[in-house]
Amino acid sequence: MQPKEYQQLVQENLPPRPIVKNMLWAFFVGGLICALGQVVLTIAQSFERTKNEAAAVTLAAMILLGTILTALGVYDEIAEKAGAGVAVPITGFANTVTSAAIDFRREGFLLGMGAKMFVIAGPVIVYGILSGFIVALIKSLVLGLF
Amino acid sequence: MSKRIGQRTLTFSRAPRITSSYTLVGPREGKGPHALDFDEILPDDTLGQKTAEKTERLMLELAITKTLEQHDTAIEDVQFLIAGDLLNQITTSCLAASTYPVPFLGIYGACSTFAQALGLGAVLLEGDFAQQVLIGTASHYQTAERQFRYPIELNVQHLQTNHVTVTGAAAAILSFADRGPRITHATFGQVVDMGLKDPHDMGSAMAPAAFHTIKAHLADTGRSLQDYDLVLTGDLGKQGRKMLRLLLEREGFEGLERLQDGGSQIFGDWQPGGAGGSGAACVAVMTLGYVLNRLNSAKARRALIVATGALLSALTVLQGESIPCIAHAIALEQ
Repeated sequence: MQPKEYQQLVQENLPPRPIVKNMLWAFFVGGLICALGQVVLTIAQSFERTKNEAAAVTLAAMILLGTILTALGVYDEIAEKAGAGVAVPITGFANTVTSAAIDFRREGFLLGMGAKMFVIAGPVIVYGILSGFIVALIKSLVLGLF
Repeated sequence: MSKRIGQRTLTFSRAPRITSSYTLVGPREGKGPHALDFDEILPDDTLGQKTAEKTERLMLELAITKTLEQHDTAIEDVQFLIAGDLLNQITTSCLAASTYPVPFLGIYGACSTFAQALGLGAVLLEGDFAQQVLIGTASHYQTAERQFRYPIELNVQHLQTNHVTVTGAAAAILSFADRGPRITHATFGQVVDMGLKDPHDMGSAMAPAAFHTIKAHLADTGRSLQDYDLVLTGDLGKQGRKMLRLLLEREGFEGLERLQDGGSQIFGDWQPGGAGGSGAACVAVMTLGYVLNRLNSAKARRALIVATGALLSALTVLQGESIPCIAHAIALEQ
C-alpha cells in the first residue's frame, strides 16, 4: 500500500472529535473563571483607587489561583474536560509557567527551573509583544502620529 | 544448516527459554484489568525518589534483582545484560547497568525494545555465546511525558488517539534451563514509514510496521494467524489496533480473533487512558505477565509477540519529519 493511500485510510478511520461537547465544557468552565475574575474585580474596586489598580489586583489573584491549582495537581485534570476554557484565561498562563517550573526544578534552580520556566509560555510573551507592537504601529500610522 | 528461514525469520532449534522473569507496574496499571498478571504493583509512582528518572532506574534495578533472585542466579553467572528504555541516550538502562558487573548491550527500539532484547538474547544463546542472558526494559509516565510531550501539570486536553506511557519495568533471564516457554522464532522488522506526522496518533503510524512484520513472519514460517493461540501486538492502542485489522482484512488474512493488543488492554475502559498504554515497559509487562501466565497455565500453547515502536523524537516532530516505525515478532511456545 502506498503512503498516500494509507494516509487516506487513516483519515477515514480516525475517531470523531467531540467538538460540541468540548466547546460546551470550554464555554462554561471558561465563563466560570471569568465570572470569578469579575467578582474579584468588583471586590478590588471597593478598596483600590483606580480601575487599573483594581485590574492589577484581579490579575494577580487569578494568577495565584492558577498557580495553586497547578501545584495541587488539579489544573491539568480540569483541562482534560475543559480544554481551551482553562487554557485561554490568565489562570492558564499561570499554569504553563508553574507546570514548567515544577518539571524543570529537578534539573536545579538555575539551568533547570530558571532557564526552562517559560518553555511553554515564552511564545505567548514573544508574539504578544510583537503583535502589540504591530497594532500600535498601525494605530500610529492611521492616526497620523508620525 | 541455516538458522534463518524465508527472508528474515530466525529459528532457534536449541530452544532458549524465558526461564524466569519479574514484572512491576505503577498504581494506575495496578488498577487495570491485568493487575493479577503482574508480580508487583507499586504503591506509588515515586518509590521515594526525588525524580521520576531516578524512579525509572530503580524500577529497572528492582526488576533485574528480583529476576536474579527468582532464578537463584548470581549476576556473575550471567554473560550479557541487554536493556533499553525511552529516555535520551537510554540513560535509565545505562545507569542501572552501571551497578552490574556484566557486559552490557544498550538498545533502543522505543516501545519495541523488549522484543528486540528478547530476540537478541535468544540469538546469543543459540549461537552458544552465552548460557544465561538477562534482559530488561523500563518506562515511566512522567519521564516520557516530559521528554516527548509537555510538562506533567500542563493544561492539555488529550485526544482519543493519545497514548499513556506505562509506568513499570520488567526483566527476564533467558537460558537453557528446563522451564518456561521456548523462544522458537524471531522476525526482526524493518523500519516502515507511511509518512504520518501526528505524534498524537502513534497507533496509526505503527500499524503498518506491525502489519509488515506479521506478514513477513507468516510468509517465512508458512504459518497462519490461527497457528497461534494468541498474537499480542505491543502497544498499537485502540486506533492502531483498528488500522492493523483493516490492513490485514484488506489482504485477506484470517484468524483476526487471535489478535490482542497490550496497549489497548493494559488499562480498563473505566480508566482515562486515551488510545491505551505505550512505553518500553508496556509490551514487556504484558508479555512477561499476561502472555507467560497464559502459556505457563496451558491456556495458550503458542503465542506471537509483535512489539511495535514509533521511532520519533521531540525534535524530529517539531522539524516536520514523519514517524518511522518498527515492529519485531517473537514466537513463544509452551
